Amino acid sequence: MSLNIIVLAKQVPDTRNVGKDAMKEDGTINRAALPAIFNPEDLNALEQALRIKDANPGSTVTLLTMGLPRASEIIREAIYRGADTGIVLTDRVLGGADTLATSYSLAQAVKKFGNYDIILGGRQAIDGDTAQVGPQIAEKLGIPQVTYAEEILELKDGHVTVKRRLENGVETVKAPLPCVVTVNGSAAPCRPRNAMRVQKFKYAASPSEAAKLSDERKALLEKRPYLNLQEWSAAYVDADPAQIGLPGSPTKVKAIENVVFTAKDCRVLDDSDAAIEDLVKELIVNHTIG
Amino acid sequence: MANFYTDNPDLRHHLTHPLMEKIVALKERNYTDAEKYDYAPLNYEDAQDSYDKVLEIVGEICGDIIAPNAESVDHDGPSVADGRVTYAPATQENLDACRKAGLMGMSMPRRYGGLNFPITPYIMAADIVSRADTGFENLWGLQDCAETIYEFADEEQKQKFITRVCQGETMSMDLTEPDAGSDLQSVMLKATEQPDGTWRLNGVKRFITNGDSDIHLVLARSEAGTKDGRGLSMFIYDKRDGGVNVRRIENKMGIKGSPTCELTYKDAKAVLCGSRRLGLIKYVMALMNGARLGIAAQSVGVSELAYREALAYARDRKQFGKAIIEFPAVYEMLSVMKAKLDASRSLLYECARFVDIYKIYDDIAKERSLAPEERKESKHYSRLADALTPLAKGMGSEYCNQNAYDCIQIHGGSGFMKDYACERLYRDARITSIYEGTTQLQVVAAIRHVTTGTYLNLIRDYQTVEVKPELQALKNRLAAMTEVYAKAVEKVTSVEDAAYGDFMARRLVEMAGVTVMSYLLLLDANRCDSFTRSAEVYANLAQAEVSKHSEFINAFNPAEVSLYKVD
Repeated sequence: MSLNIIVLAKQVPDTRNVGKDAMKEDGTINRAALPAIFNPEDLNALEQALRIKDANPGSTVTLLTMGLPRASEIIREAIYRGADTGIVLTDRVLGGADTLATSYSLAQAVKKFGNYDIILGGRQAIDGDTAQVGPQIAEKLGIPQVTYAEEILELKDGHVTVKRRLENGVETVKAPLPCVVTVNGSAAPCRPRNAMRVQKFKYAASPSEAAKLSDERKALLEKRPYLNLQEWSAAYVDADPAQIGLPGSPTKVKAIENVVFTAKDCRVLDDSDAAIEDLVKELIVNHTIG
Repeated sequence: MANFYTDNPDLRHHLTHPLMEKIVALKERNYTDAEKYDYAPLNYEDAQDSYDKVLEIVGEICGDIIAPNAESVDHDGPSVADGRVTYAPATQENLDACRKAGLMGMSMPRRYGGLNFPITPYIMAADIVSRADTGFENLWGLQDCAETIYEFADEEQKQKFITRVCQGETMSMDLTEPDAGSDLQSVMLKATEQPDGTWRLNGVKRFITNGDSDIHLVLARSEAGTKDGRGLSMFIYDKRDGGVNVRRIENKMGIKGSPTCELTYKDAKAVLCGSRRLGLIKYVMALMNGARLGIAAQSVGVSELAYREALAYARDRKQFGKAIIEFPAVYEMLSVMKAKLDASRSLLYECARFVDIYKIYDDIAKERSLAPEERKESKHYSRLADALTPLAKGMGSEYCNQNAYDCIQIHGGSGFMKDYACERLYRDARITSIYEGTTQLQVVAAIRHVTTGTYLNLIRDYQTVEVKPELQALKNRLAAMTEVYAKAVEKVTSVEDAAYGDFMARRLVEMAGVTVMSYLLLLDANRCDSFTRSAEVYANLAQAEVSKHSEFINAFNPAEVSLYKVD
């Protein structure tokens, strides 16, 4: 059985090794001081995707990322590890997107991609830590979602069986395909880059990268079509301008401050609408949100 | 998150040595493979970029996986049951990572699925892997047995076995037996030819590193009734055929993750590699030279880790109100460790480059006849490689032992406990000056290059290089040192007494070694300022060594050898 697998990934500033100059005075991230890396949990997701591919020869793994044109760096990184190809969704009008606008934009790209069997992504990105984008994409596509996945146990007969890592143990669930699976950092680490693939694909370039290359390198891209990475614009994925970028983002950052957690307890809510409503009201009252 | 390649700029310095441009052009046949293989380099810069990127993968796996696993590998070790070896779980994890990264068969041609890397970047990978886990370097580094198959086996065997090595199967070289250690001429394992042209092997091998490997190179006696090396042939045994079992694995002092096996052969099917009777005299010699270069790299990796561990501890440890690195007794040790590390590494890569050139010419000679100029050059470098290999192995392994010793010394009492890596390193280092030929046997291999002048001629070549004005004084010192060495050689060789010559051989070889390494560091400093300190520190050490040996030789009456003889 050959499958079309999409891996959602994000290029993020490496917030794990933060120095003094990581934040600008205005409270925003100083991207210049932090190296841009492959979001760690997206690498866990890529490994799960590659394992599905190993078990199902003929399958293809496509990396889908939204970001600046330089995000094609993580596409190459994914290809070095075994992905087949990748798409950067990049456009000025997509800038400033919150999770709502991001998930809308990515969902549009997935629709444009069309025929897919399973979508995997990291649980969350280390720059925002929201864990919202994956689930929102599933909602927008109207397909099931499995979160906190630690291992894809089985994929057959149009269903996927997934082990989930939860707070107090593990849970095994089964979902019909297509679906979205967000992978936890406790899942198997991603396999290393492969020496032969690095040499084969190191000159892969997106159109905006290609524009800056020497004639010699452009000729190589022409001679070896597999080196051409795709870039999609907002218009190409038929995105509604009102739902993308800043206009499509109801979230407004008021200020960013360094918070040291003092509370040692956590509260577990039941999953009723009433319990969640109570919590939101409480958070509004104590000005945590709103 | 550590990367053992990018955190060490010295490696890139050696990788980009000026001679590499010639080596890579020869290896890549002027980059004609790029038409046939989509991962072959387009030109020299592209090739260098690929080596760099692949070594970055090696460095990352070493920093993130192999080094963090080293302690548990040392603790758990392999086990044996029903004749089969099971690696420690973390060893298996290391091997899986190397396989997935495509780091097996690195130097093999692309038509067998290899990366077609020259020896130099391959040896650099060995250097890096050894720093992460000395014992694991053995398992990974045994891939260079494929080199012997490539050089001497027939095409069908190459297709079958090299392809499998490139896909990640492991190898072993089954040479040693209970009564044939340093003296391999005494090998008794019996090979009997079958009507179908295959062979059957019967007997016992001992101390076989990774003895339960997938593909074995086996030295066996094919000529019944013979007793010396001329009755031995080389065979390839495929584990898939069965017939070889692991009777036990040794409980060793160090490199505990690498299984050292006693093997029993019961009618084990094997195929002849190359021609009969050339097993020891040609193939094992080639195999050993490759393996010795591997141990030289392993030794440099150990020295690197010893220096880093010692440096980190000396900066961190405070006594008498300050870090111990501030005391002359400690910083002298550290500087000397670094100088020995840098010297042995420069020698390693000089040797690797020489091996590269003659081996590539040998390979080209299979495709077309070499021009007279090329033949001459090939012979020149072959001789130099033959001269530098025992020096790199012999002195590199002694230095790594000294560095491991000093590393513990700097740790003080803590170094004697099992809490720090230096304790494992000290045990791991110890084998390097023993296996693949003891240091004493390296002297035997090197001494003829003392007496025939190979080393002196090489030094004279180094002397022709113009150096920066600030290095001129150092260069002059080395010239004076060279004359002391030359006089000592003259003195020893003028006496016609074999026992005296053998007695003094070690001293002369060490004098040659330290002089060659002093020059190499001078040339490194000439190319990159960061080597100047080591070049100066090492020259001080080398000069003292040369003087010491010279004085001993000058004061020694050849008849006194009998004084040392013990019955």
